[in-house]
Amino acid sequence: MSDALLPLSVFVPLLAGVCVFLSGGGARSPVALSGVLLSLAISLLLVMAVGSQGTLDHALAGWEPPLGIRLHADGLAALMILLTAVVGALVSLHAVGQFAGKSEIANRFWTLWLLLWGSLNALFLSADLFNVYVTLELVTLAAIPLVLLAGSRQSVSASLNYLLLALFGSLLYLGGVALIYGMTGTLDLQLIGERLPAGGWPVGVATALIVAGLLVKAAIVPFHFWLPPAHGGAPAPVSALLSALVVKAAVYLLLRLWAGPLQLPLSAPWVAQLLGALGAAAIILGSIQAMRQPRLKLVVAYSTVAQLGYILLFFPLAVASAWQGAVYHGLAHGVAKAALFLAAGNMLYHLGHDRVAELRGMGRPLALSLGAFAIASVSIMGLPPSGGFIAKWLLLQSALEQGLWWIVATVLVGGLLAAGYVFRVMRYAFMEAHAGPSVDRAPTPAQPLMVWSALTLAVLSIVLGFTARPLLTLLGEIPLGGG
Amino acid sequence: MMAGLDVYALAAAALIGLGFFGLIVQMHPLKRLLAVNVLGNGVFLALIVIARRLPGGPDPVPHAMVLTGIVIAVSATAFGLALVRRQARDEEGDDE
Repeated sequence: MSDALLPLSVFVPLLAGVCVFLSGGGARSPVALSGVLLSLAISLLLVMAVGSQGTLDHALAGWEPPLGIRLHADGLAALMILLTAVVGALVSLHAVGQFAGKSEIANRFWTLWLLLWGSLNALFLSADLFNVYVTLELVTLAAIPLVLLAGSRQSVSASLNYLLLALFGSLLYLGGVALIYGMTGTLDLQLIGERLPAGGWPVGVATALIVAGLLVKAAIVPFHFWLPPAHGGAPAPVSALLSALVVKAAVYLLLRLWAGPLQLPLSAPWVAQLLGALGAAAIILGSIQAMRQPRLKLVVAYSTVAQLGYILLFFPLAVASAWQGAVYHGLAHGVAKAALFLAAGNMLYHLGHDRVAELRGMGRPLALSLGAFAIASVSIMGLPPSGGFIAKWLLLQSALEQGLWWIVATVLVGGLLAAGYVFRVMRYAFMEAHAGPSVDRAPTPAQPLMVWSALTLAVLSIVLGFTARPLLTLLGEIPLGGG
Repeated sequence: MMAGLDVYALAAAALIGLGFFGLIVQMHPLKRLLAVNVLGNGVFLALIVIARRLPGGPDPVPHAMVLTGIVIAVSATAFGLALVRRQARDEEGDDE
């Protein structure tokens, strides 16, 4: 019975998206809001079902693989679906305020966001390599038009670059999938692990293609250059969804492939070290870039480049606590980053600009949004008590146990650099200005929904510091040995 | 089972190489979009070659994958073309 939740969690948001498009409602469209509520409820039920019954399986329309499509929900997938549901619901509340009075843009936002939600759930539940390809493309094709909602010229060229790179990345991935099918005769994530030859160059090439394709999609250094213009230029709710969820989906797939079919090739020492080194480079370069950005949303976007690097540190560590740390980092970053983007969006909405150096005197008019920004930053910096602290602590612990000092150093320096770019923003924002903040136009105070959704997400990023036990229990053991 | 190189495998490799080269060298968005499509066709052709070489004759599963891939490529290209056109219109507006 409860395995019916798997297809529902995919098709309800997809159908709701189509219905919103056909009904043409605006920011407060009842169709869209009930679609969001329904999708949220199904996601939560699915997570509870996985929590009580363990992994769930469903063969669509009763067709068993290899012909049919199998959906598979384990602890990892359940946590990602939970993250998507919680962040998505709160961002939806923000969007009601952000797009109020702009019914055409609001309608497009609801359509695309609900399609994106369904595609993300489908990606998390995919149990074979080709469905992963299809859902990756669905996610990309739903996410890029969202960037265009900003309506600016820069967003068109940012979207075009994003699209070309995303297509290139998924073709690399598909090439790898073709080679794996040629070697194993199956696409099923579990069966591949059993049938894949232990060595040889075809396995190496296939792994390299798949990993490179996913790294492009995940905006890991050196493929990060498309992310900041796209995420920094989009409307705030869109930036939050892209940074918290969409890039996370590609990194999730790297973990999923390590957990299933590609554990052996991905555990080869030089591959694991290379992925870890890319993660470390992302942390350092992304943080330094974040410190130098003139605009607040670009600071937050480069911070995403940096924070994604932490998840890649899992590969050279590859022990239980690193597994938990990497996944928990995905959750903590998702919630905190959504809060940061929504708070930054509120400031932009109020002031008409987000130039960091002119953010002074915001204390009174934007106190709650600034507070949300500060609280979420605690998690981004990895200070206790927050979700980011738990995640970084787990990573640090496993690095210390294995004597991998370069990882210890990277995590510590990464935290300091994060403090650097966060406090640079705070320094300006908390400065007194008798004339009030500098504005580009008459200030438009952010609506209560926009403020409170950002604040709720920020508080959740701290709450994650206390809920590690149940969530990590749901995640379960590190899947060693494939399958 | 086919052994060694055949013309289809060579064509697939050539298409992938050409597409990859075009994507790196070309600056015009329209040409880059075309390059991605050439690269994609190379990958699709490689899938067909692999299907032909699998034990037990042509395997239908990669063929189904290619069909799905073509559908995705067509929709992504349509979206890309719309973006290219919008970018070109924005630039025309600058000249006036």
